[in-house]
Amino acid sequence: MNAIRKAIAAAAIAALVPAAAAAQDAPLKIGVVSFLSGPAAGPFGVPARNSAEIMFEMLNKGMVPAPYSTKGFGGHPLQMNVVDESGGTTTQVTEFRNMVQRDKVDMVIGYISSGSCLGIAPVAEELKKLTVFFDCGTPRIFEEHSYKYVFRTAATATMDSVGAALYVRDLKKGKIKSFAGINQNYAWGQDSWSDFEASMKKLVPGVKVTTSQMPKIFAGQYNAEISTILAGRPDVVHSSLWGGDLEALILQAGPRGLFKRSTVILTAGEPAMYKLAGSLPNGVVIGARGPYGPYAPHNALNTWFRKVFQDRYGVVPNYAAYHMAQAILGTKAAWEKAQAANGGKRPSQDQVITAFEHLKFESPAGEVDMANGHGHQAITGTAYGVTKKVHGKMTIAHIRRYPASEVNPPDGIKSSDWIASGFKR
Amino acid sequence: MEQLIAVVIDGIIYSAWLFVAAVGLTLIYGVMKIVNVAHGSFYALGAYAAASITGVLLAHGMPPYWSYATLLGSAVLVTVIVAPLIERGILRFMYDKDEVVILLITYALFLIFEDVIKLIWGVNPYFVAEPYGLLGSFDIGDLTYPYYNLILVGVAIISGTGLYWMLNHTRTGKLLVAVIHDTEVSRAMGINVDRFYVATFAFGSLLAAIGGAYTAPTISVVPGLGVDVIVLSFAVVVIGGLGSLPGAALGAVIVGLVRSAAIHYLPQAELFVIYLVMAMVLAFRPRGLFSLAEARKI
Repeated sequence: MNAIRKAIAAAAIAALVPAAAAAQDAPLKIGVVSFLSGPAAGPFGVPARNSAEIMFEMLNKGMVPAPYSTKGFGGHPLQMNVVDESGGTTTQVTEFRNMVQRDKVDMVIGYISSGSCLGIAPVAEELKKLTVFFDCGTPRIFEEHSYKYVFRTAATATMDSVGAALYVRDLKKGKIKSFAGINQNYAWGQDSWSDFEASMKKLVPGVKVTTSQMPKIFAGQYNAEISTILAGRPDVVHSSLWGGDLEALILQAGPRGLFKRSTVILTAGEPAMYKLAGSLPNGVVIGARGPYGPYAPHNALNTWFRKVFQDRYGVVPNYAAYHMAQAILGTKAAWEKAQAANGGKRPSQDQVITAFEHLKFESPAGEVDMANGHGHQAITGTAYGVTKKVHGKMTIAHIRRYPASEVNPPDGIKSSDWIASGFKR
Repeated sequence: MEQLIAVVIDGIIYSAWLFVAAVGLTLIYGVMKIVNVAHGSFYALGAYAAASITGVLLAHGMPPYWSYATLLGSAVLVTVIVAPLIERGILRFMYDKDEVVILLITYALFLIFEDVIKLIWGVNPYFVAEPYGLLGSFDIGDLTYPYYNLILVGVAIISGTGLYWMLNHTRTGKLLVAVIHDTEVSRAMGINVDRFYVATFAFGSLLAAIGGAYTAPTISVVPGLGVDVIVLSFAVVVIGGLGSLPGAALGAVIVGLVRSAAIHYLPQAELFVIYLVMAMVLAFRPRGLFSLAEARKI
């Protein structure tokens, strides 16, 4: 009887050993979520998907420059499972569950909409699945909750808004009596405006708000909003509109003289500035949600990324493409740190999470520091400049850079409290 | 006072856009008793056709002033191709079905068109900004408005009065009114109801496509364009009374002015004010402002 038991045990071990070895070498299934349809697909979703496609391909071939030259993640090949982000939060929660429970992905990298991120974060926590947000901006994710399985490798809207306020103060040399805003009526637009408004009131004492317009997302018609802003004659107009909404605002505001009458700052303006070069006059302040696109530093990783992207897709990568590349490289850095700590063996999800917390890693846009949200939220520096056409070609002039510590709150402090304190550290 | 004038002008511009987008919806419902969700698709198709065709022609040296004609031509072209295909190919087989079933079919068509648009034009935006600034602008007090805005107001007035005149002062209009009131009796009297159905569907869809075509120069033409339009159009025709032409006009003016006033005086209310008006109208007149008493059929 004992002999039979031993034989069964031996057979079971023999069967399991190759399976374990296969698991070690199995490709990493990564769910990638980005807008592939709807108004956000063109400006953000498709460039981000393209960025993921080329990054996974180059990583699998081991063609990414140092410090990311090892193949895949620590030698494990990567397999991309792309999901469309459109359809609203409820659809996204269903899609996320499908990816985790049906498709058995190892991790998820994705989400452009702040609404999607706010909806997905608690579900990722419930399903205990490593999830890396690459683009969404609302600071509420880690300021109102603490998550173990959720990370975000791009800085929040606070960085954009504080940087914007600092830039217009510097550009106008403090001579600002009033300002106005036009932002979309959902998490991203509301948070962007509230941080910008509070920052301006701290940086320029006595400044007044003439109007805050909050049209609904994808409204597309802004005649009445533009009239209201024009009537108030503000010195500065702030807008975090993006995609088709931003492009419609530029097309409608130009002939009505808004850009001549006020200094307009478009915090998410970079994806539109080349497409609408004919409609954007000189002197419009353009943001790229961090040091991306025209603000990206001259380093080997950036030069390589711009080249491979442009060679493949025929256009320069915009900030959404940079954000995606940054998220993939950050996750790779965390994975390989965990793998090294695990004696070179495939790390567990918990080991990757531990390695990811407070990680500092290189991206095409420079160093990214997972400094906030208890090590789950990235901070980066940012940059702003103004449009300037040179021989009919759109360029950026008067670039000013702001280090991460100047435009992001310290860890554990809410953005609104930090701004209200006068940006104390 | 200046702000009040701005409220009225902004309101009228928005009303004109709403009317052109919505009047075809109410016409189709009035004649065919179809709540046509695919109406938003014709608006989007008109915008895409106008932006791409006019954009290509301008790039090939077409004089810029001709673009106003090519915007219209693009809308006509896309409607002539698509509308009869939908009506003859799909909808005519459904007329004996329940209204809800037909509504679901038009919703399915709307979803299919969203993907068809993506297949043809992709997801990147299309622009045809030249016509917007070409005519120059005029000042009212402190505010500047492009003359182009008046084109859409003109399109709304012409389509509204033209439709009214056609319905009330032409033989075809009177036959159409007969079809609206009783299809069976009209058929029995020798009226070719099927032909009226095709013509009505095509003309209603054309109005939506014209709305999209003349809006294209002011916006970024992107996927999902027709979604918001169909929601707003429903609000307008429900306020006015489904199937009523004067109702659609009044509904558009009410919605346009109320929205404009909210933006100028209470921006926080802009998001819900249109639906608040709709709810209030429906609370007192559940069939809309211009609904007619319906004869009970035995």
